[in-house]
Amino acid sequence: MIRMGSTVIFDEPPVIESWASVAGNHEKKGPLGSYFDIAEEDTTFGHKTWEQSESAMQNMAFKTALEKTSFQADSIDYIFAGDLDNQCIASSFGLMSFNIPMVGLFGACSTMAEGIALSSLLLAGGAANHCAAVTSSHFCSAERQFRYPLEYGGQRPPTAQWTVTGAGATILSKSGQAVASGNPKIRAATIGRITQLGIKDINNMGGAMAPAAADTLTRFFQDTGKKPDDFDLIVTGDLGELGLSLTIQLLQAGGYDCSDRMNDCGCMVFDNKDKHYGSGGSGCGCSAIVLNSYILGQMLAGNLKNVLFIGTGALMSPTSTYQGEIIPAIAHLVHIGI
Amino acid sequence: MPSDQVNKVNSAQYKKMVEEQAPKSNIGKDCLMAFLFGGSLCVLGQIAFDIAKSAGLDKDLASAVSSISLITLAAILTAFNVFDDIGRIAGAGTLVPITGFANSVVASAMEFKTEGFVFGTSVKLFVIAGPVVVFGTVFSVIYGIILLILKAMVVDVGL
Repeated sequence: MIRMGSTVIFDEPPVIESWASVAGNHEKKGPLGSYFDIAEEDTTFGHKTWEQSESAMQNMAFKTALEKTSFQADSIDYIFAGDLDNQCIASSFGLMSFNIPMVGLFGACSTMAEGIALSSLLLAGGAANHCAAVTSSHFCSAERQFRYPLEYGGQRPPTAQWTVTGAGATILSKSGQAVASGNPKIRAATIGRITQLGIKDINNMGGAMAPAAADTLTRFFQDTGKKPDDFDLIVTGDLGELGLSLTIQLLQAGGYDCSDRMNDCGCMVFDNKDKHYGSGGSGCGCSAIVLNSYILGQMLAGNLKNVLFIGTGALMSPTSTYQGEIIPAIAHLVHIGI
Repeated sequence: MPSDQVNKVNSAQYKKMVEEQAPKSNIGKDCLMAFLFGGSLCVLGQIAFDIAKSAGLDKDLASAVSSISLITLAAILTAFNVFDDIGRIAGAGTLVPITGFANSVVASAMEFKTEGFVFGTSVKLFVIAGPVVVFGTVFSVIYGIILLILKAMVVDVGL
């Protein structure tokens, strides 16, 4: 491991052993619908509460990823997991049955990237041979916690985003310990700073998070000396159309033109023309299911070779919002290379 | 780098960027929809009123029947997961009239029943409608006091 600025370069890069995604009905109908391992029309997943449904998705995502490897659950040394429900109950209840040492994370919607970055650090540091990063979000559990009851007949402004119902799991192995050694690898990770440019509008998360994405990407380019051209795809977690456009502009202001190779999981997961979804998808599950289906699949197929995956999270709570505070945001980056 | 600046863009400049680029709600269309749906609800209310009156009820009772009909309609549409779909198009047209109040109470009752009858449904019943009840009560008291004072003045002056 080499530390350059706030970026860690992995000279013995951890390998992504397997990945899996579980998605809901709207995601199934979206442009990436056919890429998910499991996509259910019944988003209760057979459970009585939305929190149980979300837990079930995490359980299924991790189980599916594990089944794709030759390991048993006890071979996984640590799980890094988190979600949007208060006190991260979807992770605690969803992963309880596996009996694996667990590190609970709260990075809001940046959790997938955060979990992969921390897993990679532990693996590269020699503290583990196999780790997993798991996260989820559910439209219905997020709505009741952050917005209104589901049947409430209000309107959403066009900048609002639509929480993705989905869970993703990534299993990583230490370099040399991987069975699937030809799989995509984690080449570098940049941990994000808490960033804000004064946005308070709870219906404009993309606008609140764009500065964090731009800050982390800028620092990665500065730390490593790499250029946007070195990557086939630079993909953010859940900025939506407006947030993505603002991030591109903030990067241009720093001299980095990423416009021709940048995309956002929130713009990929739903049909952009359908204004039902506002500015695009959001939630921990948004970047989790897009990474753990389409992106890693394209990398394995050789269509993408170097990808920058930037998880973006808004770190507010309903309490801080009602108290009139700004929305702090964070973005964690991992460089995935085949 | 200062904490309120990213790549030479500061908060003030960024807020301006966001304001200029954020897609806006179509106010003309929203107003038209609110007028059409809100107006239709008034017509429905009037029809209920007329039916009640022709059935022999007095004006006060007929008004109550009109309100109850709209509340019941909104509650049923909410229970069958239809009200929110209408509300997405109608906006203020269905939210501002009494139907919006009924919807907000029924939607909350449905949403929080998983936390039990006491801590779920009962506690959260007025989670959205609460402020309407509070302001309705406070302002009716204020108007009552003003009315009382005005009436006393009318008597005093002898008008």
